[in-house]
Amino acid sequence: METITKKQNRLKAFSLRDNTMMLALIGGLIIFQIIVQAVRGTNFITPVNITNLINQKAYIIILAVGMLNCILTGGNIDLSVGSNVAMVTATAGVLIITNHMNVYLAMPICIALGTLAGAIQAYFIAYVGVPPFITTLAGMLIYRGVTYAILTGGNTISPFPIEMKQFFTGFLLQDLEPQTRILVCVVIGVVISAAFIIFSVLSWIRKNKKDYPVQPLAALLIKDLIMAAAVVVVFYFFGAHSGVPIVLISTAIVVVVYHIFTSVSVPGRHLYAIGGNRKATEFSGINTKRSMFFAYTNMGFLCGIAALVGAARFDAAMPSMGTSWEMDAIGSCFIGGASAYGGSGTVRGAVIGALFMGVLDMGLTMLTLGEDIKRMIKGIVILAAVVLDVLMQKNSASGQGLFARLFPKKAAI
Amino acid sequence: MENYILEMRGITKEFSGVKALHDVDFRVKRGSIHGIVGENGAGKSTLMNILSGVYPYGSYSGDIVYEGETCRFARINDSEKKGIVIIHQELALVPQFSIAENIFLGNEVKRIKGFINWDLTYYKAQEYLDRVGLRESSKTLVRDISVGKMQLVEIAKAISKDVKLLILDEPTAALNDEDSKHLLNLLLKFKEEGMTCILISHKLGEVQSVADAITVIRDGGVIDNLTAGVDEISEDRIVKAMVGREMTDRYPTRVPSIGETKFEIRDWNVWHPLYDRKVIDNVSLNVKEGEVVGISGLMGAGRSELAMSVFGRLYGRNISGKLFIDGDEEVFFKTVNDAVAHKVAYVTEDRKSSGLILADSLRWNISLANLDAVSKSGFINLDKETLETDEYRRRYGVKSDGVEQKVDSLSGGNQQKVLLSKWMFTEPDVLILDEPTRGIDVGAKYEIYQFINGLVAQGKSVIMISSEMQELLGMCDRIYVLNEGRIIAEMPKEEASQEKIMTYILRDANTEIHAS
Repeated sequence: METITKKQNRLKAFSLRDNTMMLALIGGLIIFQIIVQAVRGTNFITPVNITNLINQKAYIIILAVGMLNCILTGGNIDLSVGSNVAMVTATAGVLIITNHMNVYLAMPICIALGTLAGAIQAYFIAYVGVPPFITTLAGMLIYRGVTYAILTGGNTISPFPIEMKQFFTGFLLQDLEPQTRILVCVVIGVVISAAFIIFSVLSWIRKNKKDYPVQPLAALLIKDLIMAAAVVVVFYFFGAHSGVPIVLISTAIVVVVYHIFTSVSVPGRHLYAIGGNRKATEFSGINTKRSMFFAYTNMGFLCGIAALVGAARFDAAMPSMGTSWEMDAIGSCFIGGASAYGGSGTVRGAVIGALFMGVLDMGLTMLTLGEDIKRMIKGIVILAAVVLDVLMQKNSASGQGLFARLFPKKAAI
Repeated sequence: MENYILEMRGITKEFSGVKALHDVDFRVKRGSIHGIVGENGAGKSTLMNILSGVYPYGSYSGDIVYEGETCRFARINDSEKKGIVIIHQELALVPQFSIAENIFLGNEVKRIKGFINWDLTYYKAQEYLDRVGLRESSKTLVRDISVGKMQLVEIAKAISKDVKLLILDEPTAALNDEDSKHLLNLLLKFKEEGMTCILISHKLGEVQSVADAITVIRDGGVIDNLTAGVDEISEDRIVKAMVGREMTDRYPTRVPSIGETKFEIRDWNVWHPLYDRKVIDNVSLNVKEGEVVGISGLMGAGRSELAMSVFGRLYGRNISGKLFIDGDEEVFFKTVNDAVAHKVAYVTEDRKSSGLILADSLRWNISLANLDAVSKSGFINLDKETLETDEYRRRYGVKSDGVEQKVDSLSGGNQQKVLLSKWMFTEPDVLILDEPTRGIDVGAKYEIYQFINGLVAQGKSVIMISSEMQELLGMCDRIYVLNEGRIIAEMPKEEASQEKIMTYILRDANTEIHAS
């Protein structure tokens, strides 16, 4: 009897569907390594490229995490993200550069402004019932206009003082000798990995004791070790370049917090339920309006943070800041497996999606492909990701193979 | 022979193994008004859907002979070309379009190929409006006119298609007396002009007053054919034909043990969310501990509307009335949460659109209405959630691979059990079950009945809404009859019978017509 229960409680060791994008990311890295090596005679996977990937994509990751919360509620997107970022950056420029305001006072004000801009749209979406697309299209225009107004006709303000930039740019351990730096970075990577493995094994033991469903220990360990190896390699690259990018800290905090929020919190679960079936969610006693209000207000909050990251990175407040960032964030979510109809998607997927777009960008640039080809390829990749999602959904509903869905026979009359 | 415009012979139709119609013969005389009566689900609409091509040729067996010609309709267009037009109970008009646009939708008045001639459209529409006696400009938007007038627009649309055989499915269900009378007179006028008409209605008085012949359908078969002037058409005879079935042991037995009043609704009034119409009119009812109370009534009587308005105001506006729990404790359900907190659960009739999240797992569905039970300060304990939802899955006999399986891959009966598990997960004392056995097979039905008996054995209270009168008679200790938003009768199980319930409903409908 005991063994039977145990067996029923075994989870699958590996699910292809859950890991498609992770494999695609790794595959992308390897493919570009091969092609770049062949065409240009240089490596693609290098310390400088890996470090740049984090530095260039940090704000997109932060925005993608916020966008995911909106998309979960039913495929709803927020078009105002780029403009909101620009408005907050402009405000930061005026407060900190022009008026020399204390950065520890100015930064919370900037984040509050982003949140307020999000909340205004959230009010119309959740409580007035204006469709999100239209509300945020209006927001996109309004906030961009406000940006120009703040920058008095579209001037660029720069540079930001070091007290502000220290939180979002530069590297930890930059001053160490290269050899020592590599060693310290690898040690940090090992410590993080070890903590992760210990935590996951302890949790496995606890679950197993209580007879909760668990996957085989060996499978868990193999996955953990692969993960750990990846982390150590990435930290080695950091060490070999200039040290750990400081922006990684704020980005990691955002990712971890929202991973927990979406995967185990009650309000997070409600977002998924609304996207799955809004009426049934209402009938289950859940305040769907409040959830919608949260999703879009939260998007504004993360715009505030991304704006500070972007301001520090570009070291200026300019009117064109954040142009089409919303599209990168939306694309990241969909490439990362979020459903265009809402109800499914993960923070992990959104992060991988953002990194995947970064790898694509970087690889195509290294191949000295022009902006024309780059954009076409990026467009095709996004379309392919969503087509795959649509087919997978129909696939699971109808039990038909993927091939049959791609090439349907003429309907029988 | 040639005086029959339509003959349907040996029509049999199955839905995934269940016979909806069995060897039905149905004939309509040219230029007559032919009434069809029968209970909900007897097969009336199925028969009409076959005739109009909603169910295409090949999906049923039997012959349709229309105007002396055997017809094989593949779609609705085919039957409309022959002059057969059906007007469904749910009107198929586009509210944002004008009356004229609706009349010619899909049949536009064209100048040259592809371009609409608007002047002629409005002119011709006005002519049709005159013929049906609707005094409105053809440019008025449909959303701005009353339901009664919409019905007339539907008829105008039908005659614009050169209709020879007009089928009306419950045309007066949503109409007031005056509009109903106008509509029936219109049918008589069309009859004089030579049109043939099939009228499906629950209102026996109406059918009696205009029909030349009446066909009674029950359980997918024709039970009786009555011709005006030949047979004696009495209410008694029709009612008996409609419901005359023997009770079998399709319902598990139970020894009732009924306690104090658990939940009470007093003087409940609800208005339609959009129209100026009272949907629930001064309803009072109660349910005791360990009791199954049934609400019987025809479609559109306001059964679900009553339940949803009570359960956290999910329906209607201007809701007034009082709710009591355990005798005298007055409670206020402003939101669904309030109702759940007072241990009341409402299991919706439409599990697909308002009950379950089909793309999600059993685990997510079962825990959704009571995530607090498996979470601590806002964080869900996923392991606890898995174990507890699995416990409910087993207890209510959901056949699945486990709680991670997606709900859309389950059969209807199993989905229904997931929905019940979901609401049992909120640990309710009072359950309102709305059509709990709709669209599921006989075996699963029996399991649901056992589930209900299990609940009341624990002292819980059940309010059961069902269109199947037999089911209510088999399961309930007490039955309320709801008609047009009012409770018109209440009877204990011992005194209840299908004839009696049907008579109450028909009498109620009749008094309305005669009163006007």
